[in-house]
Amino acid sequence: MTETVDYSDVPLAGIPASGAPVSSPLLESHRRRSGVWHRFRRHRLALLGSSLLFLLVVASLGAPQIARHDPYTVELRSYRKGPSAQHRLGTDSSGRDVLSRLLYAGRVSLSVGLVAVSIYAAIGIVLGGLAGFYGRWVDSLIMRIADMVLSFPSLIVIITIVSILGPSIYNVMLVIGAMGWPPIARLVRGNFLSLREQDFVIAAQSIGAPNRRIIFRHVVPNALTPVIVAASFGMAQAILLEAGLSFLGLGVQPPTPSWGNMLTDAQSVTVLRSMTWLWLPPGLMIAVTVLSINFIGDGLRDALDPRAAR
Amino acid sequence: MGRYLLRRLVIAVPILFGISLTTFALGNVAPGDPVTAMLDPKQMANLGPEWVEQRKEALGLNKPAATRYVIWLKELSRGNLGYSYQDGQPVWRKISERIWPTLLLMSTVLIMANLIGIPLGLLAAVKQYSVFDYAASLLGFAAVSIPSFFLGLGFIYIFSVQLRWLPTAGMNSVGGAKSFIDSLEHIILPATTLGLAQAAPLIRYSRASMLESIHQDYIAVARAKGLSERTVMFRHALRNVLNPLVTIIALDLPALLGGTVIIEQIFAWPGMGTLAVASVFGRDYPVIMGITLLGAVTVVASNLLADLVYAVVDPRIKYS
Repeated sequence: MTETVDYSDVPLAGIPASGAPVSSPLLESHRRRSGVWHRFRRHRLALLGSSLLFLLVVASLGAPQIARHDPYTVELRSYRKGPSAQHRLGTDSSGRDVLSRLLYAGRVSLSVGLVAVSIYAAIGIVLGGLAGFYGRWVDSLIMRIADMVLSFPSLIVIITIVSILGPSIYNVMLVIGAMGWPPIARLVRGNFLSLREQDFVIAAQSIGAPNRRIIFRHVVPNALTPVIVAASFGMAQAILLEAGLSFLGLGVQPPTPSWGNMLTDAQSVTVLRSMTWLWLPPGLMIAVTVLSINFIGDGLRDALDPRAAR
Repeated sequence: MGRYLLRRLVIAVPILFGISLTTFALGNVAPGDPVTAMLDPKQMANLGPEWVEQRKEALGLNKPAATRYVIWLKELSRGNLGYSYQDGQPVWRKISERIWPTLLLMSTVLIMANLIGIPLGLLAAVKQYSVFDYAASLLGFAAVSIPSFFLGLGFIYIFSVQLRWLPTAGMNSVGGAKSFIDSLEHIILPATTLGLAQAAPLIRYSRASMLESIHQDYIAVARAKGLSERTVMFRHALRNVLNPLVTIIALDLPALLGGTVIIEQIFAWPGMGTLAVASVFGRDYPVIMGITLLGAVTVVASNLLADLVYAVVDPRIKYS
């Protein structure tokens, strides 16, 4: 679906991501963007993903308006009650309304994903840029550190660090952010290296443009395109990771609801067998969210770099 | 070839150094006394505090962190990973009891992932843009998007709770005789759950790789010779597809190791993952450090191995 080898359908205005704007930069960037949007729109799964994610964001942001119950109110009399007119998705082990918690948990999961990815994209862009621009020992040092971080089984290191720092939503964001940067750094470095040799950079150098201008004006915008794609897939992974950590009890701590920690109860066979309302909805929410973001990432990849073989 | 091998080994050295340094640093900032962690509590009880002081001195544990790191490395080279805070057992012994179940699970997962992922990817490429192609691609998306613990719970709900076909947890039935069938019944669900997630990148890469191969000139030549489509695909196109997969599988190893942590937890599989989680909750840092170190070294070693295998199987790679 994505690995198009036939490029005949690529509009001429859609200058490939790593290619050079040939004439007026303003005109070209405008045309390139419309080419990107055009290609993104034709990716049906990406459109589906965008719509679903939009609904999820609206539901999470509007949680206080939509939810009919407070997600923290403990009502021990209505302990693990099935869905009813009053509690559409039933109540949990502390008698809290599952639907309300589901909506509020969306805020947690989405913000953990967004913040964690922002952290590691920032680290990755800076380190990758440094490595790619300065080369030599700076490059070797940064890339060896990246190799090292990639070698750790990240989940094991993450649960270790989280247990040292103490599990909380902020530590989860920080640790996922600290462990996730190597792929981004590699991407940016690779792009810097290849862009350095491109004609338009050499041209800019030959007319005497200062390094700073070359980096920020010519190299960064072109090097960042694949980062957008990587970051969208990264956000999906960060949400999964947060869910996994919270499920194990090492992530977001109750009473704060997260889709992951709402599933923790399902480890008991009784809950699994006879209280599907407790574990099915949060699990489906994670799956739908992550799937939507992955669809969007796939659409972006196709739209931004039609030449990408993978 | 010899020089290539040597260069890869040399690159692995600073990585291993960094890994050991990071692990040591983590162990040091972790709450708990690193001194008692290095000593056998039984000996400590018998020999009294003076002996402990002597041992501390002998092991250099009163010295600054840099010296201690060197000492820790020395102990490590002798196979001493320290002692568990919880029961005083050597960390190595605790881990080694759990290695085989995890290895068994991981290798079964790898076999499942390959059996699911590669054929689907290849077929999707051969029938590009067909319904099958889209279905395989969707399956790949679903496999990376559904959290493994949710999928695992779903499988338990369907196959163990509702249909009662398979056991919910463990590696063998309690009290029953250990039989192959019994083990097989226990491993199917955890291995399938994780195998599906691991198959997703394989679907993707084998499809992309096969597509690339199909568009090469030598395929056009093979077709022009009048060979059957079957021969063209299996004898000519397939040949250059499988090699890069070695690398993909090796690169996904950290994810696989991480995946086993959660899967073992759900299926109460007596492996290193459950040990890691139990140790985190018990704040048993020496054990966690041991597992982290072992995992990281395994990953480095397997990446190295993948590079070498790749160099051997693909004659286009020049070892200079």
